[in-house]
Amino acid sequence: MAARKSTAKSNVSAEELLGYYKDMLLIRRFEEKAGQLYGMGLIGGFCHLYIGQEAVVVGLEATAKPDDKRITTYRDHGHMLACGMNPKGVMAELTGREGGLSKGKGGSMHMFSKEKHFYGGHGIVGANVPLGAGLAFSDMYKGNDNVTFTYFGDGAANQGQVYETYNMAMLWTLPVIFVIENNKYAMGTSVQRATKSPSLWERGAAYGIKGEEVDGMDVLAVKAAGEKAVAHCRAGKGPYILEIMTYRYRGHSMSDPAKYRTRDEVQKVRSERDAIEHVRDLLLQGKHATEDDLKEIDKEIKAVVNEAAEFSKESPEPALEELWTDIYA
Amino acid sequence: MATEVLMPALSPTMEEGTLAKWLVKEGDTVSSGDILAEIETDKATMEFEAVDEGVMGKILVEAGTEGVKVNTPIAILVEEGEEVPAEGAKTKSAPAPATLNGEEGKVAAPATAAPAPDAPKPDTSPDWPEGTEMKTQTVREALRDAMAEEMRSMDEVFVMGEEVAEYQGAYKITQGLLDEFGARRVIDTPITEHGFAGIGVGAAFGGLRPIVEFMTFNFAMQAIDQIINSAAKTLYMSGGQMGCPIVFRGPNGAAARVGAQHSQCYAAWYSHIPGLKVAMPYSAADAKGLLKTAIRDPNPVIFLENEILYGRSFEVPDLDDFTVPFGKAKTWRKGSDVTIVSFGIGMTYALEAAEQLAGDGIEAEVIDLRTIRPMDTDAILASVMKTNRLVTVEEGFPQSSVGNYITSVVMEQAFDYLDAPVINLCGKDVPMPYAANLEKLALVTTDEVVEAVRKVTYR
Ligand SMILES: Cc1ncc(C[n+]2csc(CCOP(=O)(O)OP(=O)(O)O)c2C)c(N)n1
Ligand SMILES: [Mg+2]
Repeated sequence: MAARKSTAKSNVSAEELLGYYKDMLLIRRFEEKAGQLYGMGLIGGFCHLYIGQEAVVVGLEATAKPDDKRITTYRDHGHMLACGMNPKGVMAELTGREGGLSKGKGGSMHMFSKEKHFYGGHGIVGANVPLGAGLAFSDMYKGNDNVTFTYFGDGAANQGQVYETYNMAMLWTLPVIFVIENNKYAMGTSVQRATKSPSLWERGAAYGIKGEEVDGMDVLAVKAAGEKAVAHCRAGKGPYILEIMTYRYRGHSMSDPAKYRTRDEVQKVRSERDAIEHVRDLLLQGKHATEDDLKEIDKEIKAVVNEAAEFSKESPEPALEELWTDIYA
Repeated sequence: MATEVLMPALSPTMEEGTLAKWLVKEGDTVSSGDILAEIETDKATMEFEAVDEGVMGKILVEAGTEGVKVNTPIAILVEEGEEVPAEGAKTKSAPAPATLNGEEGKVAAPATAAPAPDAPKPDTSPDWPEGTEMKTQTVREALRDAMAEEMRSMDEVFVMGEEVAEYQGAYKITQGLLDEFGARRVIDTPITEHGFAGIGVGAAFGGLRPIVEFMTFNFAMQAIDQIINSAAKTLYMSGGQMGCPIVFRGPNGAAARVGAQHSQCYAAWYSHIPGLKVAMPYSAADAKGLLKTAIRDPNPVIFLENEILYGRSFEVPDLDDFTVPFGKAKTWRKGSDVTIVSFGIGMTYALEAAEQLAGDGIEAEVIDLRTIRPMDTDAILASVMKTNRLVTVEEGFPQSSVGNYITSVVMEQAFDYLDAPVINLCGKDVPMPYAANLEKLALVTTDEVVEAVRKVTYR
């Protein structure tokens, strides 16, 4: 595959580029492993994989400072890995074990980390959007310059509470970046079957919120847009919307018969626009890494993921008394 | 090394499936993402993708095989140029899943299941020391003072809601707060309950202590998802990491002549939810003491006020920092013939009825729950074990009422003490009518309480 040109210029060093490659690859390998463990019956219930969308969260995390906050939906494994949460803890939560980030009580859709300022992991489509604005409100109230990355899907973008939130976020100039991860489908409903709006980010204009569309299969483009959004928020200018065009390769969750799109459509994105392949090509063609270097990285990441998987199997199920704890603080 | 490909679980409920079709044959090179087979689950036909790369070494389960159990090896993938290992030889097969079922062990039974033969000893300590100076205040003033005092002592406390700031509160509960604390901490919102409830919850996650006022709790139904799914459940879902110190407050229940959509009591609704606390004061002292406790509580608290009570005056202790603990009922009247349990405005009818009944020589013990969750069931049980009769009084609808729950607790823990069936008095099982005479009929009344007591005392 010929290297695609990056759609935006972002000043990145070879080292940074290599970092994004590793971060994206970790998410992909982790998710593939989660899929396998699901197939083996070790993970139950819903399990929404992030494969295909890795550049979105990795590109934006590259623009965050440590105290910034992030909140997302149930499709959350990638966000947690990207902000530095322990893969072992994430995987063990998927298997419902004591060593999971929520002690096995949250599951795939519900994990949190005060330390990494990751506020979940929410299962009600749209509900995390006002929560994210509230997090931003708390920072504004305290008078610091943190921003909150609030991720949601194209489907969530049709929930009324999103627009209630846009209105208040602009009214109160909250430092929140609304990140619409437009992966073209909400379960089986394509964006075109859910709305006549030509674009989702433009809806912010009704509230005076600026925004833009971003190529989500290009981590550098995501980073460049993220930098702009972050600068806008930190400068006290209020919210910003990034509609990041991406694609999920796997089913909505594990039990998705995928009758709403063709195999070809998926394969085409995979072979022509894959975000990880893109960075891989940039690294090789820029002579920032050799094939052998990348093989080595792949091996290292596989080891991390395998270790996480082992941990998630060995960690015991939560003690039965845990049923009754953490209901009240 | 060769890898076994196992029959996958492709849905939350799948235990076995049909291997409908192979899309690769032995000898084919596969790479990750290629479709290996089509598998029929209980729900749908699904494509099964390869995760590893290699060469299809051997197909172990023929196409068309039904009832293939999850995790059965269905094929062997080998590396380029590698031989298919002989049967029984070691492959890198993914290990069999660990036992997913918990060990045979007993889950602690809920406390209510065990019979409690001895009367419990509820906390009956006075709410304020004897000799405390008292002042007369309306419930409205008491609520405002509670917020102002807590806002003075904690910067993280702020109030948001419709008309709370410049208008001074739709029911004037936040009167004066904007002047004292400014627009940073007393915030008018647009009419957008779902949205601002969510913003409040997010702010609480972020370390603040919001007081979210609903103009009335009828409108909080727009926000109930955020209250229950976000505020109440997150601590548990996060394994104890992410608390939500927030108070949702506002008038609840029937006011007067405002019709069906503005007249509902939500005590039973919210008291259903683990993770929420629910307070519903009757007196001004309790309004103040409970609201201060609510603001300091690290959990989400639903604080149900009543428009009709706002203007009523009570004696309030004149203390610098007066609080009322949650989960401690207040016995307003001692008696030995019958127990009447109520809360909020229901207390008006309970106390009036008790006065009337006393005239006829029936001594009612009247208990004000003050908080519905946690509920001081000890106070109820101790009283019922003494009086052997129970009437509950509330304004909400009858089915799945707070009284129904109290009855179940008494049945389980004090059945042998009952001398008559428990009566749950509630609002009538109808949407609130507008006409004055019908509205009166729909609400619970003092006369109904008197009648119910006569029934359970057979007098
Ligand atoms: C309020 C609500 N309605 C419906 C659902 C069921 N549901 C879960 S995910 C989903 C699709 C959401 O799609 P999108 O927002 O595009 O996010 P994606 O899954 O593509 O990441 C639906 C309908 C839900 N969880 N919550
Ligand atoms: Mg989507």
